[in-house]
Amino acid sequence: MTRVTGPLITVAGVADVAYGEVVEITVPSGERRAGRVLESREDTAVVQVFGGTEAVDTLRTSVRFTGETMKIGVTEALLGRILSGTGEPIDGGPLIIPDAMREISGSPINPSARDFPRDSIETGISAIDGMNTLVRGQKLPIFSGSGLPHARLAAQIARQARVRGQAESFSVVFAAMGITYEEADFFIRNFRETGALEQAVVFVNHADDPVIERLITPQMALTVAEYLAFDLGYHVLVILTDMTNYCEALREVAAAREEVPGRRGYPGYMYTDLAAIYERAGRIKGREGSITQIPILTMPNDDITHPVPDLTGYITEGQIVFSRDLHRKGIYPPIDLLPSLSRLMQGGIGEGRTREDHAAVKDQLYAAYARGRRLRSLVAVVGEESLGDIDLLYLTFADRFEAEFLQQQENERRTFEETLDTAWQLLSMLPESELVRIEPALIEKYYPGEADG
Amino acid sequence: MTITGEVVRIAGAVVSAKNLAGARMYDVVRVGDKQLVGEIVVLEGDVATIQVYEETEGIAPGEPVTTTGMPLSAELGPGLLGTTYDGIQRPLEILLAEGGDFIVRGVHAPGLRRECGWDFTPAVRPGDRVVGGDTLGAVVETEVHEHRVMVPPTLQGTIAEIAPEGRYTVDDVVATLKGDGRTQTVRMRQYWPVRQPRPVLRRLEAADPLISGQRVIDTFFPLVKGGTAALPGPFGAGKTVVQHQLAKYVNADIIVYVGCGERGNEMADVLRQFPALVDPTTGKSLMDRTVLIGNTSNMPVAAREASVYTGITIAEYYRDMGYDVALMADSTSRWAEAMREISGRLEEMPGEQGYPAYLASRLADFYERAGRMAVLGSSGRTGSVTVIGSVSPPGGDFSEPVTQNTLRVVRVLWALDADLAHERHFPSINWLTSYSAYAGAVQGWWTAHAAPRWEEYRTEMMGVLQAESELLETVQLVGEDVLPEEDRLVLVQARLIRDGFLIQSAFHPVDTYCPAEKQYLMLDLLARFYRHGQRAVAAGVSAAAVGGLAVKSRIERMPFVPDERFAGEHAVIAQEMDEAFAGLTAGKAAYGVTPRG
Repeated sequence: MTRVTGPLITVAGVADVAYGEVVEITVPSGERRAGRVLESREDTAVVQVFGGTEAVDTLRTSVRFTGETMKIGVTEALLGRILSGTGEPIDGGPLIIPDAMREISGSPINPSARDFPRDSIETGISAIDGMNTLVRGQKLPIFSGSGLPHARLAAQIARQARVRGQAESFSVVFAAMGITYEEADFFIRNFRETGALEQAVVFVNHADDPVIERLITPQMALTVAEYLAFDLGYHVLVILTDMTNYCEALREVAAAREEVPGRRGYPGYMYTDLAAIYERAGRIKGREGSITQIPILTMPNDDITHPVPDLTGYITEGQIVFSRDLHRKGIYPPIDLLPSLSRLMQGGIGEGRTREDHAAVKDQLYAAYARGRRLRSLVAVVGEESLGDIDLLYLTFADRFEAEFLQQQENERRTFEETLDTAWQLLSMLPESELVRIEPALIEKYYPGEADG
Repeated sequence: MTITGEVVRIAGAVVSAKNLAGARMYDVVRVGDKQLVGEIVVLEGDVATIQVYEETEGIAPGEPVTTTGMPLSAELGPGLLGTTYDGIQRPLEILLAEGGDFIVRGVHAPGLRRECGWDFTPAVRPGDRVVGGDTLGAVVETEVHEHRVMVPPTLQGTIAEIAPEGRYTVDDVVATLKGDGRTQTVRMRQYWPVRQPRPVLRRLEAADPLISGQRVIDTFFPLVKGGTAALPGPFGAGKTVVQHQLAKYVNADIIVYVGCGERGNEMADVLRQFPALVDPTTGKSLMDRTVLIGNTSNMPVAAREASVYTGITIAEYYRDMGYDVALMADSTSRWAEAMREISGRLEEMPGEQGYPAYLASRLADFYERAGRMAVLGSSGRTGSVTVIGSVSPPGGDFSEPVTQNTLRVVRVLWALDADLAHERHFPSINWLTSYSAYAGAVQGWWTAHAAPRWEEYRTEMMGVLQAESELLETVQLVGEDVLPEEDRLVLVQARLIRDGFLIQSAFHPVDTYCPAEKQYLMLDLLARFYRHGQRAVAAGVSAAAVGGLAVKSRIERMPFVPDERFAGEHAVIAQEMDEAFAGLTAGKAAYGVTPRG
């Protein structure tokens, strides 16, 4: 042991240490901690220590290299268990006897082996189902802010999500990184009350656990998820919260290694690092299961251009963005639809999947709501008097859209049809000639005014 | 000759090895017991620093490193079309067959299939003198493409032997050349170092438009065969959809699509869609003209860096046969970030935002490989490579180094805009900030192709959009009331151009591709409406009344009218419009003149 800086130690006098090898560190008190090799040279190795470097000294601390890369034991018996951020059971339950050991860093799925995700998930939430449909195998993050109800929404999705006409084995892998006891309890209690816990594997790294441990929590969770999905055929929903804490940990390690910092001090390889996590979602041809990811992250100062949401958005297939304004107005879920997006929606909707009018209705709702929102900011400056009749209609449309379509109860589950019918009710406020994004045949079929004459 | 050394240091994708005196810069090496592929990027004494194209976990000091004596090269020959590769040209299908659903390390697979036979027809006779680039014979590679087997650029001489018509594999010798006192054999496969441009005779001016069927691109910001374009935009602005649309519909002969550090599910989407889609120019499967390179964001970072070079080398190879090739790189920011990541591991002095100081020159070198060229050989052929690069600026801020350095070398900017995307105005190409330096060059083509007033309409409609943006600023401050009627008509017209022309749905079966003829007819109706409107307003009709005409929603639905019916629809709308305006202005004395057009 020659040097200790933050969560890293440098070990000298070693030979043939493999990059990524697992290390066992014994501090003078006899306590053992795990570590992982970050850089290996002929006679020295840089090791990151899980559990922190407190009480580590350069005199009596001993380091043993195990010759193994980092692995986690996987088994179906993990369902229903609560584990620490490093994969140790913390629920007082029995020891876990693994069926297989898997490397937690995983391997990229060959793009040729991927099956394009097309099974739309009905979450029962109109803002998602109607406007930003989630499909199995997608990675769709929630961009939230501190104090916003992202946990409630994630729990609601985990509770309500289903694919229609299919009763398959469904499970949740939940990984918490650096969240408070209160928030972790919220999820665990919620899962327990709804019976979801039996079908869930929960990893919890609390806010006061060693920061460095957070770096392996998502990898462990996803390794378990891959086993459940691709070996056992489960449809796995992975919830990762909070990715901002994960990135903070990444920055801390980079700083301790004195690396050249990129934007706002985050390391230049953060994109690659995040991609290695998020890309572990998807489906594989010829295999039953799927991994759908909902990473949650809080945007520091609600800033969507901050590196964490920014890089995430470039990797994930869309994003659900929360708005503090809507939250203040008392609207749940406070989803700001304009910057929200689901990139895989197009393949999952339409005739035979949701309903033939879905795509057109979504486009029209977006156009109308965007116009209403623009007029709202205009009215704030020049007053309503200067608006024409049509513009006034759009203004009312935006208000009613938020109150009737967006707003819903935390336990309310709407079907695709209910969501689309609500949409047509709202669109019927506007004259038919305004609905230029919808083809006339569809208007004839669904425009509610028609039937009444 | 191979040299074997020993690993001394591993830090992520960068590995150092000693005892490698005699190894050359950019040589490909095999690293460790797993034989991972790497490339020498720094030499210092007998220590070489290597960037490794595969995950390095588990490699330890002391493991062997062996040089191959060859720089990173692309394998070129029949069999490229229709194949999907990773960043260092390993076929993903072969990796799938040999390694399973997840990419494992140390799998080696040549770029071209060895067992596949190709029907070769010779084009030269013994005794003919040939130079680099000359066609020795032809192979039917796909239904639509004749693959010309060429003399490698560095060879010349007299044909000693040429294979008779028959079926050969890429390993078979098809010709023997005598020259420079030596005898050289030529196979159907050849190698070319990816970081080095393939030579050409000279550059030519590019003036043929690359028609994409995307209205805002073809009409307002056109690209030419052999041109360069940048497509920057924040996430969610639709870069990838635009790139996919271009890959599907541009009228190039060959498409090379490089998915550089992008999403796995998107690659899967391409692999699912392309074989089923039909090339609008030839009527055959799109895969018949496409080479895909997919190095997704979770695949090794060094291979991501190499992927754009692999792609452009393949593009140049087909250009040398005399084809028009279009290369899409999505996204060049990921490539630049890969450079930054490797540069950081090499502990180089960082430039702006941590990018290496050579970022600008690497970007320029890459885009300079585009162009319309007189290709090597005595045939007088020309070919072109068009490069379209997406840029993913952090936070959507175009002032960052990758965007700025790209804009210094490209001639077309399609700037994607978050606000437009939020309103679901797609493609979200902002018409105020985008530009094309080729608009003048392509005018001749449009005029010659039944679009006599193309330039006039284009300028007029662009003028309306410009005027709108200025007027909207006023409206934001004081409301629309204060505007004179002519200005309010500008707002009506601009709205119509946006909804009826600029917005184009990539997912609508008809609207996804809009032929040049239809674009022109649509433009014609928009111009006609504006002239009618101007006359009506001058005659005392309010802009609101013009905007309230029923014919307007018919114009807004023009995009969905099938192409073959559109000429008829054009006539109907034109007549309906004339009548509607006549009705509107009945009794207003100043009206009554039928507008031109």
